[in-house]
Amino acid sequence: MSGFNKLVGSYQEAMAGLEDGMTVIAGGFGLCGIPENLISEIKNKGTTDLTFVSNNCGVDGFGLGVLLEDKQIKKMVSSYVGENKLFEEQLLAGELEVELTPQGTLAEKMRAGGAGIPAFYTATGYGTPVGEGKEVKEFNGRKYIMEEAITGDFAIVKAWKADTFGNLVYRHTAQNFNPMAATAGKITVVEVEEIVEPGELDPAHIHTPGIYVDRLILGTFEKRIEQRTITTVESQA
Amino acid sequence: MALSREQLAQRVAQEMKDGYYVNLGIGIPTLVANYVPEGMEVMLQSENGLLGMGRFPTEDELDADMINAGKQTVTAINGASIFSSAESFAMIRGGHVDLTVLGAFEVDVRGNIASYMIPGKLIKGMGGAMDLVAGADNIIVTMTHASKNGESKLLPKCTLPLTGAGCIKKVVTDLAFMEIRNGAFWLIERAPGVSVQEIIDKTAGELVVPDVVPEMQF
Repeated sequence: MSGFNKLVGSYQEAMAGLEDGMTVIAGGFGLCGIPENLISEIKNKGTTDLTFVSNNCGVDGFGLGVLLEDKQIKKMVSSYVGENKLFEEQLLAGELEVELTPQGTLAEKMRAGGAGIPAFYTATGYGTPVGEGKEVKEFNGRKYIMEEAITGDFAIVKAWKADTFGNLVYRHTAQNFNPMAATAGKITVVEVEEIVEPGELDPAHIHTPGIYVDRLILGTFEKRIEQRTITTVESQA
Repeated sequence: MALSREQLAQRVAQEMKDGYYVNLGIGIPTLVANYVPEGMEVMLQSENGLLGMGRFPTEDELDADMINAGKQTVTAINGASIFSSAESFAMIRGGHVDLTVLGAFEVDVRGNIASYMIPGKLIKGMGGAMDLVAGADNIIVTMTHASKNGESKLLPKCTLPLTGAGCIKKVVTDLAFMEIRNGAFWLIERAPGVSVQEIIDKTAGELVVPDVVPEMQF
Protein backbone atom coordinates (compact mmCIF):
# COMPACT_ATOMS: atom_id res chain seq x y z
CA MET A 1 0.00 0.00 0.00
CA SER A 2 1.40 3.40 -0.88
CA GLY A 3 0.21 6.96 -0.91
CA PHE A 4 -3.56 7.12 -1.06
CA ASN A 5 -4.03 3.63 -2.43
CA LYS A 6 -6.41 1.89 0.01
CA LEU A 7 -6.58 -1.47 -1.73
CA VAL A 8 -5.91 -4.58 0.29
CA GLY A 9 -5.35 -8.01 -1.20
CA SER A 10 -7.54 -10.26 0.92
CA TYR A 11 -10.48 -10.30 3.30
CA GLN A 12 -8.14 -11.48 6.06
CA GLU A 13 -6.06 -8.37 5.52
CA ALA A 14 -9.23 -6.26 5.36
CA MET A 15 -10.30 -7.31 8.87
CA ALA A 16 -6.83 -7.63 10.40
CA GLY A 17 -6.66 -6.19 13.91
CA LEU A 18 -10.25 -6.95 14.86
CA GLU A 19 -10.16 -8.29 18.40
CA ASP A 20 -12.57 -9.77 20.92
CA GLY A 21 -14.68 -7.15 22.69
CA MET A 22 -14.42 -4.48 20.01
CA THR A 23 -17.24 -2.28 18.69
CA VAL A 24 -18.06 -2.53 15.00
CA ILE A 25 -20.30 -0.11 13.13
CA ALA A 26 -21.97 -1.73 10.13
CA GLY A 27 -23.73 -0.07 7.21
CA GLY A 28 -26.89 -1.50 5.67
CA PHE A 29 -30.64 -1.46 6.16
CA GLY A 30 -32.27 -4.85 6.42
CA LEU A 31 -30.27 -6.93 3.94
CA CYS A 32 -29.83 -3.98 1.57
CA GLY A 33 -26.33 -2.55 1.27
CA ILE A 34 -24.76 -4.80 3.88
CA PRO A 35 -21.04 -5.65 3.80
CA GLU A 36 -21.84 -9.33 3.43
CA ASN A 37 -18.31 -10.61 2.78
CA LEU A 38 -16.75 -8.58 5.59
CA ILE A 39 -19.38 -10.12 7.89
CA SER A 40 -18.42 -13.59 6.60
CA GLU A 41 -14.78 -12.81 7.30
CA ILE A 42 -15.65 -11.89 10.91
CA LYS A 43 -17.46 -15.23 11.16
CA ASN A 44 -14.45 -17.09 9.80
CA LYS A 45 -12.13 -15.20 12.10
CA GLY A 46 -14.22 -16.24 15.10
CA THR A 47 -13.88 -12.94 16.99
CA THR A 48 -16.26 -12.81 19.95
CA ASP A 49 -17.84 -10.44 22.51
CA LEU A 50 -18.43 -7.94 19.73
CA THR A 51 -20.74 -4.97 19.99
CA PHE A 52 -22.43 -4.20 16.69
CA VAL A 53 -23.97 -0.87 15.84
CA SER A 54 -26.27 -1.50 12.91
CA ASN A 55 -29.88 -0.68 12.13
CA ASN A 56 -30.81 -4.39 12.01
CA CYS A 57 -29.22 -7.75 12.81
CA GLY A 58 -29.78 -9.50 9.49
CA VAL A 59 -31.87 -12.67 9.24
CA ASP A 60 -31.27 -16.32 10.09
CA GLY A 61 -28.33 -17.44 7.97
CA PHE A 62 -27.58 -14.10 6.28
CA GLY A 63 -26.14 -10.71 7.16
CA LEU A 64 -25.20 -10.11 10.80
CA GLY A 65 -27.49 -13.06 11.64
CA VAL A 66 -24.62 -15.44 10.79
CA LEU A 67 -22.56 -14.03 13.66
CA LEU A 68 -25.24 -15.17 16.10
CA GLU A 69 -24.64 -18.80 15.13
CA ASP A 70 -21.39 -19.00 17.13
CA LYS A 71 -22.50 -16.34 19.65
CA GLN A 72 -19.95 -13.80 18.44
CA ILE A 73 -22.19 -10.83 19.23
CA LYS A 74 -22.46 -9.62 22.82
CA LYS A 75 -24.53 -6.52 22.16
CA MET A 76 -26.56 -4.95 19.34
CA VAL A 77 -27.31 -1.25 19.05
CA SER A 78 -30.19 -1.17 16.56
CA SER A 79 -33.56 0.38 15.80
CA TYR A 80 -35.28 -2.82 14.70
CA VAL A 81 -34.33 -6.40 15.47
CA GLY A 82 -35.98 -9.74 15.76
CA GLU A 83 -36.21 -10.71 12.10
CA ASN A 84 -34.53 -13.95 13.11
CA LYS A 85 -35.28 -16.81 15.50
CA LEU A 86 -31.74 -17.13 16.78
CA PHE A 87 -31.73 -13.50 17.83
CA GLU A 88 -34.93 -14.04 19.79
CA GLU A 89 -33.58 -17.19 21.47
CA GLN A 90 -30.31 -15.57 22.54
CA LEU A 91 -32.08 -12.42 23.73
CA LEU A 92 -34.56 -14.39 25.85
CA ALA A 93 -31.72 -16.56 27.20
CA GLY A 94 -29.84 -13.45 28.30
CA GLU A 95 -26.90 -14.26 26.01
CA LEU A 96 -27.37 -11.15 23.95
CA GLU A 97 -27.95 -7.54 24.95
CA VAL A 98 -29.83 -5.08 22.80
CA GLU A 99 -29.94 -1.29 23.00
CA LEU A 100 -32.91 -0.12 20.99
CA THR A 101 -32.19 3.24 19.42
CA PRO A 102 -34.57 5.20 17.19
CA GLN A 103 -33.51 4.96 13.55
CA GLY A 104 -32.89 8.67 13.03
CA THR A 105 -31.06 8.95 16.34
CA LEU A 106 -28.90 5.98 15.35
CA ALA A 107 -27.99 7.58 12.02
CA GLU A 108 -27.20 10.87 13.75
CA LYS A 109 -25.14 9.17 16.48
CA MET A 110 -22.92 7.69 13.75
CA ARG A 111 -22.80 10.99 11.84
CA ALA A 112 -21.90 12.92 15.00
CA GLY A 113 -19.30 10.31 15.94
CA GLY A 114 -17.58 10.71 12.62
CA ALA A 115 -17.88 14.49 12.69
CA GLY A 116 -16.29 15.01 16.10
CA ILE A 117 -19.51 16.02 17.84
CA PRO A 118 -19.70 14.16 21.18
CA ALA A 119 -23.45 14.53 21.70
CA PHE A 120 -26.56 16.28 20.39
CA TYR A 121 -30.10 17.12 21.48
CA THR A 122 -33.15 15.61 19.82
CA ALA A 123 -36.87 15.60 20.57
CA THR A 124 -36.97 11.98 19.42
CA GLY A 125 -37.61 9.72 22.38
CA TYR A 126 -38.43 12.44 24.91
CA GLY A 127 -41.09 11.13 27.32
CA THR A 128 -40.51 7.53 26.15
CA PRO A 129 -38.39 4.66 27.52
CA VAL A 130 -35.58 5.84 25.20
CA GLY A 131 -35.37 9.14 27.10
CA GLU A 132 -35.13 7.58 30.55
CA GLY A 133 -32.00 8.61 32.42
CA LYS A 134 -30.90 11.03 29.70
CA GLU A 135 -30.31 14.74 30.19
CA VAL A 136 -33.32 16.86 29.20
CA LYS A 137 -32.92 20.41 28.00
CA GLU A 138 -35.51 22.91 26.83
CA PHE A 139 -35.01 25.00 23.70
CA ASN A 140 -37.69 27.46 22.57
CA GLY A 141 -40.29 25.87 24.82
CA ARG A 142 -39.74 22.30 23.66
CA LYS A 143 -37.99 19.51 25.51
CA TYR A 144 -35.09 17.56 24.00
CA ILE A 145 -32.95 14.70 25.24
CA MET A 146 -29.19 14.49 24.93
CA GLU A 147 -27.93 11.59 22.85
CA GLU A 148 -24.24 10.68 22.72
CA ALA A 149 -22.32 10.03 19.52
CA ILE A 150 -21.04 6.57 18.58
CA THR A 151 -17.67 5.62 17.17
CA GLY A 152 -16.39 2.14 16.45
CA ASP A 153 -13.06 0.37 16.60
CA PHE A 154 -14.00 -0.74 13.10
CA ALA A 155 -16.61 0.35 10.58
CA ILE A 156 -17.62 -2.07 7.84
CA VAL A 157 -19.20 -0.57 4.76
CA LYS A 158 -20.65 -1.68 1.42
CA ALA A 159 -20.42 0.70 -1.52
CA TRP A 160 -21.05 0.26 -5.22
CA LYS A 161 -17.99 1.79 -6.88
CA ALA A 162 -14.76 3.12 -5.54
CA ASP A 163 -11.55 4.46 -6.97
CA THR A 164 -8.33 3.15 -5.46
CA PHE A 165 -8.14 6.26 -3.24
CA GLY A 166 -11.30 5.06 -1.49
CA ASN A 167 -13.69 7.64 -2.91
CA LEU A 168 -17.06 5.90 -2.76
CA VAL A 169 -20.36 5.91 -4.64
CA TYR A 170 -23.36 3.98 -3.35
CA ARG A 171 -26.07 2.44 -5.48
CA HIS A 172 -29.76 3.35 -4.95
CA THR A 173 -31.12 2.74 -1.47
CA ALA A 174 -28.12 0.54 -0.63
CA GLN A 175 -26.66 3.86 0.53
CA ASN A 176 -28.73 4.00 3.77
CA PHE A 177 -26.42 3.95 6.84
CA ASN A 178 -23.21 3.32 4.90
CA PRO A 179 -22.00 6.94 4.52
CA MET A 180 -22.33 7.60 8.28
CA ALA A 181 -20.78 4.26 9.20
CA ALA A 182 -17.83 5.06 6.94
CA THR A 183 -17.02 8.19 8.95
CA ALA A 184 -17.33 6.64 12.39
CA GLY A 185 -14.75 3.84 12.46
CA LYS A 186 -11.22 4.15 13.81
CA ILE A 187 -10.52 1.73 10.97
CA THR A 188 -13.04 1.90 8.13
CA VAL A 189 -13.12 -1.09 5.81
CA VAL A 190 -15.10 -0.90 2.57
CA GLU A 191 -16.06 -3.59 0.10
CA VAL A 192 -17.31 -2.67 -3.35
CA GLU A 193 -18.58 -4.14 -6.60
CA GLU A 194 -16.21 -2.24 -8.84
CA ILE A 195 -12.90 -0.44 -8.45
CA VAL A 196 -11.72 2.17 -10.94
CA GLU A 197 -8.68 4.40 -11.28
CA PRO A 198 -8.61 7.85 -9.63
CA GLY A 199 -10.16 10.39 -12.00
CA GLU A 200 -12.76 8.04 -13.40
CA LEU A 201 -15.43 9.00 -10.86
CA ASP A 202 -16.86 12.52 -11.11
CA PRO A 203 -15.49 14.31 -8.01
CA ALA A 204 -18.84 16.06 -7.53
CA HIS A 205 -20.67 12.74 -7.45
CA ILE A 206 -18.63 11.14 -4.68
CA HIS A 207 -20.85 10.20 -1.72
CA THR A 208 -18.01 9.35 0.70
CA PRO A 209 -14.61 11.03 0.19
CA GLY A 210 -11.64 8.70 0.48
CA ILE A 211 -10.31 10.47 3.58
CA TYR A 212 -12.70 8.33 5.66
CA VAL A 213 -11.62 5.04 4.12
CA ASP A 214 -8.69 2.98 5.42
CA ARG A 215 -9.03 -0.33 3.57
CA LEU A 216 -10.76 -1.20 0.34
CA ILE A 217 -11.51 -4.56 -1.21
CA LEU A 218 -13.32 -5.82 -4.28
CA GLY A 219 -16.07 -8.36 -3.58
CA THR A 220 -18.83 -10.34 -5.19
CA PHE A 221 -22.24 -10.11 -3.62
CA GLU A 222 -25.29 -12.31 -3.26
CA LYS A 223 -27.61 -9.32 -2.44
CA ARG A 224 -30.39 -11.35 -0.92
CA ILE A 225 -33.86 -9.76 -1.02
CA GLU A 226 -35.85 -9.69 2.21
CA GLN A 227 -39.33 -8.80 0.89
CA ARG A 228 -39.70 -9.59 -2.78
CA THR A 229 -42.66 -7.47 -3.89
CA ILE A 230 -43.56 -7.45 -7.56
CA THR A 231 -45.99 -5.61 -9.82
CA THR A 232 -47.72 -8.08 -12.09
CA VAL A 233 -49.86 -7.36 -15.13
CA GLU A 234 -52.90 -8.41 -13.07
CA SER A 235 -52.08 -6.12 -10.14
CA GLN A 236 -51.61 -3.18 -12.49
CA ALA A 237 -55.02 -3.72 -14.06
CA MET B 1 -70.87 0.11 9.46
CA ALA B 2 -67.29 0.35 10.60
CA LEU B 3 -64.90 1.32 7.80
CA SER B 4 -62.90 -1.35 5.99
CA ARG B 5 -59.13 -0.94 5.88
CA GLU B 6 -59.47 0.43 2.34
CA GLN B 7 -62.13 2.96 3.35
CA LEU B 8 -60.01 4.05 6.27
CA ALA B 9 -57.09 4.62 3.91
CA GLN B 10 -59.42 6.48 1.53
CA ARG B 11 -60.57 8.86 4.29
CA VAL B 12 -56.98 9.56 5.35
CA ALA B 13 -56.07 10.24 1.71
CA GLN B 14 -58.54 13.14 1.74
CA GLU B 15 -56.19 14.93 4.13
CA MET B 16 -53.47 15.10 1.48
CA LYS B 17 -52.86 18.27 -0.51
CA ASP B 18 -51.28 18.81 -3.90
CA GLY B 19 -47.50 19.03 -3.55
CA TYR B 20 -47.33 17.24 -0.21
CA TYR B 21 -44.31 15.18 0.82
CA VAL B 22 -45.82 12.25 2.74
CA ASN B 23 -44.41 9.46 4.89
CA LEU B 24 -46.66 6.41 5.18
CA GLY B 25 -46.09 3.76 7.83
CA ILE B 26 -46.57 0.02 7.47
CA GLY B 27 -50.07 -1.52 7.35
CA ILE B 28 -53.18 0.59 6.70
CA PRO B 29 -51.05 3.74 6.15
CA THR B 30 -49.39 2.03 3.15
CA LEU B 31 -52.82 1.67 1.52
CA VAL B 32 -53.29 5.46 1.58
CA ALA B 33 -51.03 5.66 -1.48
CA ASN B 34 -53.75 3.92 -3.51
CA TYR B 35 -56.25 6.74 -2.91
CA VAL B 36 -54.36 9.91 -3.80
CA PRO B 37 -57.14 12.13 -5.18
CA GLU B 38 -57.29 12.51 -8.96
CA GLY B 39 -55.16 15.31 -10.38
CA MET B 40 -53.11 15.64 -7.21
CA GLU B 41 -49.37 15.05 -6.96
CA VAL B 42 -47.83 13.81 -3.73
CA MET B 43 -44.36 12.42 -3.17
CA LEU B 44 -43.81 9.49 -0.82
CA GLN B 45 -40.85 9.54 1.53
CA SER B 46 -39.36 6.25 2.68
CA GLU B 47 -37.20 6.77 5.73
CA ASN B 48 -34.36 4.44 4.71
CA GLY B 49 -33.47 7.19 2.21
CA LEU B 50 -35.85 7.60 -0.73
CA LEU B 51 -38.05 10.54 -1.66
CA GLY B 52 -40.34 9.73 -4.57
CA MET B 53 -41.15 6.08 -3.96
CA GLY B 54 -42.98 4.41 -6.82
CA ARG B 55 -44.87 1.17 -7.28
CA PHE B 56 -43.47 -2.33 -6.83
CA PRO B 57 -41.10 -3.36 -9.64
CA THR B 58 -41.90 -5.76 -12.45
CA GLU B 59 -39.76 -8.91 -12.63
CA ASP B 60 -37.48 -7.06 -15.06
CA GLU B 61 -37.14 -4.03 -12.82
CA LEU B 62 -36.53 -6.01 -9.62
CA ASP B 63 -33.40 -4.69 -7.88
CA ALA B 64 -32.08 -5.74 -4.46
CA ASP B 65 -30.59 -2.26 -4.02
CA MET B 66 -33.99 -0.57 -4.32
CA ILE B 67 -36.15 -1.07 -1.24
CA ASN B 68 -38.50 0.90 1.00
CA ALA B 69 -38.62 1.24 4.78
CA GLY B 70 -40.66 -1.97 4.96
CA LYS B 71 -37.77 -3.72 3.16
CA GLN B 72 -40.00 -4.35 0.14
CA THR B 73 -38.57 -3.98 -3.33
CA VAL B 74 -39.87 -0.77 -4.94
CA THR B 75 -39.18 1.61 -7.81
CA ALA B 76 -38.47 5.34 -7.83
CA ILE B 77 -40.68 7.80 -9.71
CA ASN B 78 -39.29 10.36 -12.13
CA GLY B 79 -38.01 13.22 -10.00
CA ALA B 80 -37.12 11.00 -7.06
CA SER B 81 -34.00 11.43 -4.95
CA ILE B 82 -31.98 8.96 -2.89
CA PHE B 83 -29.86 9.84 0.09
CA SER B 84 -28.40 8.56 3.36
CA SER B 85 -30.46 7.66 6.41
CA ALA B 86 -29.01 10.67 8.27
CA GLU B 87 -30.25 12.96 5.49
CA SER B 88 -33.60 11.18 5.54
CA PHE B 89 -34.10 11.78 9.23
CA ALA B 90 -32.88 15.35 8.93
CA MET B 91 -35.91 15.84 6.66
CA ILE B 92 -38.17 14.11 9.15
CA ARG B 93 -36.79 15.65 12.34
CA GLY B 94 -36.49 19.04 10.71
CA GLY B 95 -40.22 19.13 10.01
CA HIS B 96 -39.91 19.10 6.21
CA VAL B 97 -42.32 16.21 5.66
CA ASP B 98 -45.85 17.60 5.23
CA LEU B 99 -47.84 14.61 6.43
CA THR B 100 -47.02 11.46 8.36
CA VAL B 101 -49.49 8.59 8.63
CA LEU B 102 -48.83 5.76 11.04
CA GLY B 103 -50.55 3.05 13.03
CA ALA B 104 -50.71 2.70 16.81
CA PHE B 105 -51.76 0.39 19.65
CA GLU B 106 -53.06 3.26 21.80
CA VAL B 107 -53.53 7.02 21.71
CA ASP B 108 -54.55 9.18 24.64
CA VAL B 109 -56.22 12.55 25.31
CA ARG B 110 -52.85 14.28 25.77
CA GLY B 111 -51.71 13.26 22.30
CA ASN B 112 -49.42 10.49 23.55
CA ILE B 113 -48.95 7.51 21.26
CA ALA B 114 -47.90 3.91 22.02
CA SER B 115 -47.08 1.89 18.95
CA TYR B 116 -43.86 -0.09 19.25
CA MET B 117 -43.79 -2.32 22.28
CA ILE B 118 -46.02 -4.60 24.31
CA PRO B 119 -44.25 -5.59 27.52
CA GLY B 120 -44.01 -9.34 27.93
CA LYS B 121 -43.99 -9.84 24.19
CA LEU B 122 -40.78 -9.83 22.17
CA ILE B 123 -39.48 -6.34 21.63
CA LYS B 124 -38.61 -5.75 18.01
CA GLY B 125 -37.87 -2.05 18.12
CA MET B 126 -39.23 1.30 17.12
CA GLY B 127 -37.52 1.67 13.75
CA GLY B 128 -38.14 5.24 12.63
CA ALA B 129 -41.46 5.73 14.42
CA MET B 130 -40.09 7.77 17.34
CA ASP B 131 -38.32 10.17 14.97
CA LEU B 132 -41.41 10.47 12.79
CA VAL B 133 -43.78 11.36 15.64
CA ALA B 134 -41.25 13.74 17.20
CA GLY B 135 -40.43 15.51 13.95
CA ALA B 136 -43.71 15.85 12.11
CA ASP B 137 -46.24 18.55 12.81
CA ASN B 138 -49.02 16.98 10.80
CA ILE B 139 -49.49 13.37 11.91
CA ILE B 140 -52.52 11.15 11.37
CA VAL B 141 -52.83 7.99 13.39
CA THR B 142 -54.88 5.21 11.80
CA MET B 143 -56.09 2.25 13.81
CA THR B 144 -59.19 0.35 14.79
CA HIS B 145 -61.18 2.18 17.45
CA ALA B 146 -61.24 -0.81 19.78
CA SER B 147 -59.40 -4.10 20.08
CA LYS B 148 -60.96 -7.38 18.99
CA ASN B 149 -62.13 -7.84 22.61
CA GLY B 150 -63.87 -4.47 22.42
CA GLU B 151 -61.34 -2.59 24.54
CA SER B 152 -60.96 1.05 23.57
CA LYS B 153 -57.64 2.17 22.08
CA LEU B 154 -58.53 5.83 22.74
CA LEU B 155 -57.59 6.26 26.36
CA PRO B 156 -57.39 8.78 29.19
CA LYS B 157 -53.74 7.69 29.49
CA CYS B 158 -51.72 5.24 27.41
CA THR B 159 -50.91 2.04 29.29
CA LEU B 160 -48.10 0.84 26.98
CA PRO B 161 -44.61 2.39 26.69
CA LEU B 162 -44.81 5.56 24.61
CA THR B 163 -43.46 6.11 21.12
CA GLY B 164 -43.97 9.84 21.53
CA ALA B 165 -45.36 12.28 24.08
CA GLY B 166 -47.94 14.94 23.25
CA CYS B 167 -47.44 14.74 19.49
CA ILE B 168 -50.70 13.37 18.04
CA LYS B 169 -53.46 15.74 16.95
CA LYS B 170 -55.54 13.65 14.51
CA VAL B 171 -56.84 10.08 14.68
CA VAL B 172 -58.85 8.26 12.04
CA THR B 173 -60.37 4.97 13.18
CA ASP B 174 -62.82 2.57 11.58
CA LEU B 175 -65.56 4.46 13.44
CA ALA B 176 -64.58 8.11 13.56
CA PHE B 177 -62.34 11.03 12.71
CA MET B 178 -61.21 12.79 15.85
CA GLU B 179 -58.90 15.64 16.77
CA ILE B 180 -57.03 15.86 20.05
CA ARG B 181 -57.23 19.25 21.75
CA ASN B 182 -57.14 20.55 25.32
CA GLY B 183 -56.84 17.11 26.86
CA ALA B 184 -59.79 15.52 25.04
CA PHE B 185 -60.78 13.75 21.85
CA TRP B 186 -63.07 15.94 19.69
CA LEU B 187 -65.42 14.02 17.46
CA ILE B 188 -65.29 15.54 13.96
CA GLU B 189 -66.86 12.89 11.71
CA ARG B 190 -68.34 9.44 12.05
CA ALA B 191 -68.17 6.49 9.66
CA PRO B 192 -71.32 6.17 7.53
CA GLY B 193 -74.02 4.36 9.49
CA VAL B 194 -72.10 4.40 12.79
CA SER B 195 -74.01 5.97 15.67
CA VAL B 196 -72.53 8.65 17.91
CA GLN B 197 -73.49 6.42 20.84
CA GLU B 198 -71.30 3.56 19.58
CA ILE B 199 -68.35 5.94 19.32
CA ILE B 200 -69.01 7.25 22.83
CA ASP B 201 -69.23 3.67 24.14
CA LYS B 202 -65.93 2.69 22.55
CA THR B 203 -63.94 5.79 23.54
CA ALA B 204 -62.45 5.44 27.02
CA GLY B 205 -60.82 8.88 27.07
CA GLU B 206 -62.88 12.07 27.37
CA LEU B 207 -64.77 12.67 24.12
CA VAL B 208 -66.26 16.03 23.16
CA VAL B 209 -69.30 15.52 20.95
CA PRO B 210 -70.76 18.45 19.01
CA ASP B 211 -74.53 18.71 18.39
CA VAL B 212 -74.14 17.56 14.82
CA VAL B 213 -71.58 14.93 13.78
CA PRO B 214 -71.48 14.62 9.99
CA GLU B 215 -70.83 11.30 8.30
CA MET B 216 -67.57 10.85 6.36
CA GLN B 217 -67.95 11.53 2.65
CA PHE B 218 -66.33 9.29 0.05
